[in-house]
Amino acid sequence: MSPRGRAREGDRPPGRPPWVLVAPALVGLAFLVLPLVGLLVRAPWSTLGTRLVQGQVLEALRLSLLSATLATALCVLFGVPLAWVLARVPFPGARLVRALVTVPLVLPPVVGGVALLLVLGRRGLVGGWLDDAFGLTFPFTTAGVVLAETFVAMPFLVISVEGALRAADLRYEEAAATLGATRWTIFRRVTLPLVAPGVAAGAILCWARALGEFGATITFAGNFPGRTQTMPLAVYLALETDPQAAIVLSLVLLAVSVLVLAALRDRWVGTS
Amino acid sequence: MTAGAAGGAAEGLDARLVVRRGAFDLDLALTAAPGEVVALLGPNGAGKSTALRALAGLVATSGGHLRVDGADLRPLPSERRGIGMVFQDYLLFPHLSALDNVAFGPRCRGEGRRAARRRAAGWLERVGLAEHAASRPGALSGGQAQRVALARALAVEPRLLLLDEPLAALDAHTRLEIRAALRRHLAGFTGATVLVTHDPLDAMVLADRLVVVEDGRLVQQGTPAEVARRPRTDYVARLVGLNLYRGRAEAGTVLVGEGPETLDTVDSLDGEVFLAFAPSSVALYRTRPDGSPRNLWRARVTAVERQGDRVRVQLSGPPFPAVAEVTPAAVAELQLSEGSLIWAAVKATETHVYPA
Repeated sequence: MSPRGRAREGDRPPGRPPWVLVAPALVGLAFLVLPLVGLLVRAPWSTLGTRLVQGQVLEALRLSLLSATLATALCVLFGVPLAWVLARVPFPGARLVRALVTVPLVLPPVVGGVALLLVLGRRGLVGGWLDDAFGLTFPFTTAGVVLAETFVAMPFLVISVEGALRAADLRYEEAAATLGATRWTIFRRVTLPLVAPGVAAGAILCWARALGEFGATITFAGNFPGRTQTMPLAVYLALETDPQAAIVLSLVLLAVSVLVLAALRDRWVGTS
Repeated sequence: MTAGAAGGAAEGLDARLVVRRGAFDLDLALTAAPGEVVALLGPNGAGKSTALRALAGLVATSGGHLRVDGADLRPLPSERRGIGMVFQDYLLFPHLSALDNVAFGPRCRGEGRRAARRRAAGWLERVGLAEHAASRPGALSGGQAQRVALARALAVEPRLLLLDEPLAALDAHTRLEIRAALRRHLAGFTGATVLVTHDPLDAMVLADRLVVVEDGRLVQQGTPAEVARRPRTDYVARLVGLNLYRGRAEAGTVLVGEGPETLDTVDSLDGEVFLAFAPSSVALYRTRPDGSPRNLWRARVTAVERQGDRVRVQLSGPPFPAVAEVTPAAVAELQLSEGSLIWAAVKATETHVYPA
């Protein structure tokens, strides 16, 4: 190990990588990859075609994609302004608010589901009023699935966008102000385009989190095929009755997430 | 030239900027007539950029006033002040084309997309960049970016144009040419212009009047020629390359500082004065010269550095510090090196004395 000089880019670091680091790295990699290999090995490839077109699989897949996409849309719609306020508007208690925003990240999703029930349930704090006034009920509906996923996924978007906003050069906003732009115009025409990669990254994280959501969904929205049974719920249910079907469902979920993430990555977060 | 400044006319810029933030304290009266270019010159941290940002409304002032063509701008936020500003690294919006960057201001002022673009295209043409209208800022050279930034600032038809170190981001190579072009564009602008720079040459070339700021206060102002000839602080003297002393004059002799050293002059001026002379008028000798130049003193060399085809020799006091400029041949002949003791002399006719 030569201490002399700084390694230039392209230079090979001196010596061979120590086993103390390489061995655990390989174990970690195997731990991450082997389960996926297991899925592929045990998949009932011969009956895959017929199983895939079964109504239940497609129904769950459709519901999963729809609810994850709607949840992501909600997260962007409310999360981006929330991130902007946290990053740009100083107010007392900002630190507390920032901490509250990240609570769903560390909260067990089941607890999130229970909390949602207490607030938006038919007899919940807000839910009761919504039911009386508008006849709106969320628990055990597709809308409930979307809300549960939004609750769990929103912190990912807020954190990602707030980070991008804090990293963005404020002087562009000043330049826009001297040109006569109001704060709303500045946000729309300068800030948002500058942090677009951050918003895209946040939205992708959000979508992935929403797609895999289980705990809050099953607690708040239940497990009704065609209405609230998303892929993860279908996988869990199938595992008890028909393990082969669980494997197929898991494979589909894996394929869809990998495909979508790869496509989006190339398109939005690839080179920026 | 200074008459318009002192008059405090309703036309152009008339401001007193007071900004207090912790230990930082700026209190600067600033005027600029329509068509006049005023350069704020000062060392780093003197407050010149803060003054510019206060004019732009990007820094809150804690007192004073700010009028442009008679209109009170102080209570207005940036976006309603109607000023144009060119930022130090131009800050062109990276996601917009050059054309849309220039059209941004007119759009914000309520013009339609097509009208704003037409106006922007006109401005790009004026700065000679019509063919780069579709380019993203990343594809422009430093000089081109600066011209787009200028066009963007002028496209809102401001009555006050602010330039923050407009040439600092350019390499020495292109700087000359771009400075000349900027001077042409500024000459065509009918409103008041305030520019900030730490480069005396930029200030002298671009400005009609210099305002020197140190520690948040105006320390000297005047035309570039006046300032260059009669510096009033050590900072300005260094900028314009003169040796400067303050003292009391009496019958052709100036008592420098507390004395007892004196310098002779041919100016007949009495009282508190500044005395200045150029480094090139200092003669150096190894031994005490015969005949006697009247201003002769013993000095120690503290630094010898080459500058172009001349050599600057730093002399320390007592009696007073000075800079001499000699030829490399003289350095060899005198065997000058740091620490050597030599004789220095300045002819009385080479000194310049003016009231303090």
